[in-house]
Amino acid sequence: MSVSVVSSTKPGGAGVLRVRRTLRAVLPALSLILILLAIWHLNARAISYFGLNLMLNLAVPVALATVGQMFVMASNDLDLSIGTFVGFIGCITATVLHDSPVLGIAIFAGCIVVYALLGALIYLRNLPSIVVTLGMFFVWQGLAILVLPKPGGHAPDWLKALMSLKTPYVPFPVMAAVVIGVVAYVGLMRTSYGAVLRGAGGNAVAVERAGWSMLKVKMILFGLAGFCGVLAGMALIGLTTSADANLGNGYTLLSIAGAILGGGEFTGGRVSPIGSVIGALTLTLAGSLLNFMHISPDWQVAAQGGILIVVLAARVLINRAGSAA
Amino acid sequence: MIASMRRVIAQPWLYSFVGAALVWIAAVTYTGGYGAGGMLSAGIALAAFSVIVGTAQMFVITLGPGNVDLSLPANMGLASAVAMKVMGGCDALVLVGLVAAIASGTTIGIANYLLIRLLRIPPIIATLSASFVVQSIGISYGRGLQVKPPPGFATATTVQIAGVSVMAVVVVVFSVGIGLLLHRTTFGRSVAAIGQNARAARLANIPVERIRALTYALGGALGGLCGALLAGYFQGSSLDIGNEYLLTSIAVVVIGGTSVAGGRANVTGLWGASLFLVMLLTMLNTYGVSAGVRLLVTGLVIIAVIVTAGGPRIAR
Repeated sequence: MSVSVVSSTKPGGAGVLRVRRTLRAVLPALSLILILLAIWHLNARAISYFGLNLMLNLAVPVALATVGQMFVMASNDLDLSIGTFVGFIGCITATVLHDSPVLGIAIFAGCIVVYALLGALIYLRNLPSIVVTLGMFFVWQGLAILVLPKPGGHAPDWLKALMSLKTPYVPFPVMAAVVIGVVAYVGLMRTSYGAVLRGAGGNAVAVERAGWSMLKVKMILFGLAGFCGVLAGMALIGLTTSADANLGNGYTLLSIAGAILGGGEFTGGRVSPIGSVIGALTLTLAGSLLNFMHISPDWQVAAQGGILIVVLAARVLINRAGSAA
Repeated sequence: MIASMRRVIAQPWLYSFVGAALVWIAAVTYTGGYGAGGMLSAGIALAAFSVIVGTAQMFVITLGPGNVDLSLPANMGLASAVAMKVMGGCDALVLVGLVAAIASGTTIGIANYLLIRLLRIPPIIATLSASFVVQSIGISYGRGLQVKPPPGFATATTVQIAGVSVMAVVVVVFSVGIGLLLHRTTFGRSVAAIGQNARAARLANIPVERIRALTYALGGALGGLCGALLAGYFQGSSLDIGNEYLLTSIAVVVIGGTSVAGGRANVTGLWGASLFLVMLLTMLNTYGVSAGVRLLVTGLVIIAVIVTAGGPRIAR
């Protein structure tokens, strides 16, 4: 931190800082392009309308969950419960929402309120978010099992139709990813209240002194995370067409990894909406790449971990090069 | 009077023992006294495993804000496979297998530390990426393998003398040792000092990085040991043998009164918290509630405990 301050006061320091920032910003995109190139090299036909549709299908819920995680990370917190939350939403989608849409939507609204209240609780009692969301991990999982003890249920037809939409020219998952990224970007990075939200992680005291309610900020950030979680759960069920209480469990780690991969950090409210979406796409494609390389799916998680390590190492190198200049 | 009350409140681990006892009484009342002893001895035996993993997590968490080991479950899964494969069902190789499991865990712990140090990334992310890699190694190493533990080893982890699990007694002795390590040795005090204020610790000439490396290695080693023991207890290795212990390890540390912000560890509390969680599950089982309700109650209890105990002064 202090290094960057010093370098920016030196003549030409601002330029170095900008280069460093640009490099950091393009790093997620670079890793995505590298993976796409590798896939293209192994099997050129995969980079087609149909191929991308197939490979990126599952990226939509992952991207939504990742953006949700990003909102929580913007206030220096972490949501360990988002995985089972996505699973719970999935169970509701495949049962209650299918049978009586109004009740389903009411439950979703209630869930978002619960998320906002968790934000309030964490702020008011100054609790470690890891522990609180850890408790919620169990709560959502328990509720999911209560709603759907055995795998089953049916996705609402309109949801299935939406998720298998054949959009012209550009595959639906790509379009969806762009929309998710742009909406989150405009909301968080280009509006004045978005700046306040990001300030919560940067300097909460300053935000409060400036007259903004930190309580409200926390509640909104957590509420947004809940909202994204709801969308992720619905999108997931639109793809799988039936639900399982454990369907979303892996999403906790995936969403954290995606948000970090996309340029997010745990401190300072440093997050990147578009980067997060790209991070989610990269992690999803890692599995496909291994397939094309005829490497057993056993190593899929390792590849995700490996990508994370490589990208973070690259980021350290960029930071070091910047501070050495 | 007020002073003594304060002293009691300052010992949050006490509540976990009281809680465990209350839950046990509630369960026993429901069955009309039937199986009271059995519940207690089974509970203590199971709690011993949470204590070992909890000890690993406690050391890491005590290092300060942000320090947590998410790779423990993957570590335990791999170690259980390594131990069973090395033992190969042969009693003569039990010690070799245990050493192999501990070595595998220690390696993971050191890898965790190197990621944190070299990439300068938060421990959560470092141990998370490490756990991804370890998971894959485990899957490819232990594919379809269900090696049974040597009969002697299986007996050693499950045998009870007069209703008291021998393993639990050993773990109690181990806990006393850990308590001494934590409060009476330079290493233990250094861990706490770093957790309280890493900068001050560095200025006081504490070899901060060496202590951090040792702590992660120790955490990994304990995870590996526990994986091997669990494989003996459950009659075979399994890669997801440690899955539920990720959340349990953090929960017992928090409920046991160790500060989440670091700098203050509590070994006694680990036992209270582990017993409390195991007894809670036992009670819910005797009431015959579904798995869903069991998870729901566990989650609410964790939240209730952290809300009551209040947050640390220093936020994460």
